[in-house]
Amino acid sequence: MRLITHNMLQCHVKGCNKDNFPLKLEEIEIEELEAEFNADFIKSMLNRLDWKALAQTTFSLGIAQLPEEMPEELNDEMLQQLHHILLEVDITSGRMVCQGCNHVYPIRDGIPNMLLTESEV
Amino acid sequence: MSRPEHQAPAEIVYNDSEAKKYTVNTRIQAIQADMSYRALELLNLPEDKCCYLLDIGCGSGLSSEVLEDEGHVWVGVDISPSMLEVAKERDIQGDMFLQDIGDGFGFRPGTFDGAISISVIQWLCNADKKYHNPKKRLTRFFSTLYSALARGARAVFQFYPENPDQVELIVGSAMKCGFTGGLVVDYPNSSKAKKFYLCLFAGFADNPSNSPSLPKGLGAEGEDEPRSSVDYAYERMKERRRKGKKSRVPIKDRNWVLHKKEVARKKGKTNVPKDSKYTGRKRRVRF
Repeated sequence: MRLITHNMLQCHVKGCNKDNFPLKLEEIEIEELEAEFNADFIKSMLNRLDWKALAQTTFSLGIAQLPEEMPEELNDEMLQQLHHILLEVDITSGRMVCQGCNHVYPIRDGIPNMLLTESEV
Repeated sequence: MSRPEHQAPAEIVYNDSEAKKYTVNTRIQAIQADMSYRALELLNLPEDKCCYLLDIGCGSGLSSEVLEDEGHVWVGVDISPSMLEVAKERDIQGDMFLQDIGDGFGFRPGTFDGAISISVIQWLCNADKKYHNPKKRLTRFFSTLYSALARGARAVFQFYPENPDQVELIVGSAMKCGFTGGLVVDYPNSSKAKKFYLCLFAGFADNPSNSPSLPKGLGAEGEDEPRSSVDYAYERMKERRRKGKKSRVPIKDRNWVLHKKEVARKKGKTNVPKDSKYTGRKRRVRF
């Protein structure tokens, strides 16, 4: 799972509405991918990103230190860095934990298990 | 073909051996790719723009591959671990989730530019676990999908409804969750090539009159029946003509008459004529 998708993901346990984003990453293993740089795509995703969550995640994973607020003007270098963070960092194993309801979503072979139990739907 | 929905839940039907078919069988691949391209066409995305798309029930990634080939970034969800494993082995770049779509999605509002789904949502009409309720699951699915889509985004579902009730249930649930749009049927007059596409628009719930009009199905006028099936029927006719009259074997010949009489006798009928050399012969022409 790439970080762009992690930034879009919140807990979907029924009734979990508080602190359900972002899902906390634990015991994460990372692989680097190679993806084609597309500046327009990054720009189109900017207003959908939650910058604070992204900065927090990248910092906790030790990938990069982003400014706390989204910069008003994004130069090419910044876009390249964002591209690398969003599309070229792949989480291969570990787990995601919801801060609100403590549900654990395990990640195996790069595929998060989002299945819920009877009481959670 | 029997319906896989009747056999077992999806995560059990699509086991390792079934998943393998999707890498080996080129016919399955061609059909899936065709439907994916059609679904993508119905999505009506802006040209030359890289979009963030959701593939619902991506399976081994045959439909996702089409999205990727067209230059989009995609996220896939599926309930079968075997199919996802196959997808991982293929050379495709996308994020996949092991997820039951009936439990709803956990994506933030306005995440995706569009969603496609190939041969999946009829599964939601089944209750595979004792706490499953198809209507509730469909509602949860469509409502969470609605919020995950950007305003003005579309979702296209190719599916195989079992009966009109299922269509009503699925379309009704979608409309209740705020979607506009409806059913597009390709080749409605062909039993083989007929395909159902549920084409939904997000973001027009409060003003349905602004919603774009529904795209037209292919071959709706009935003039262009898909070529493949016509070709085949034509071939068969040609074959029959080539063989001529000689190849035609009468079914009701002498042996058939003898057999019928034998059966009648065994039943205890008394007025069965005797067998002779004239049995089963044509009568002489009188004039």
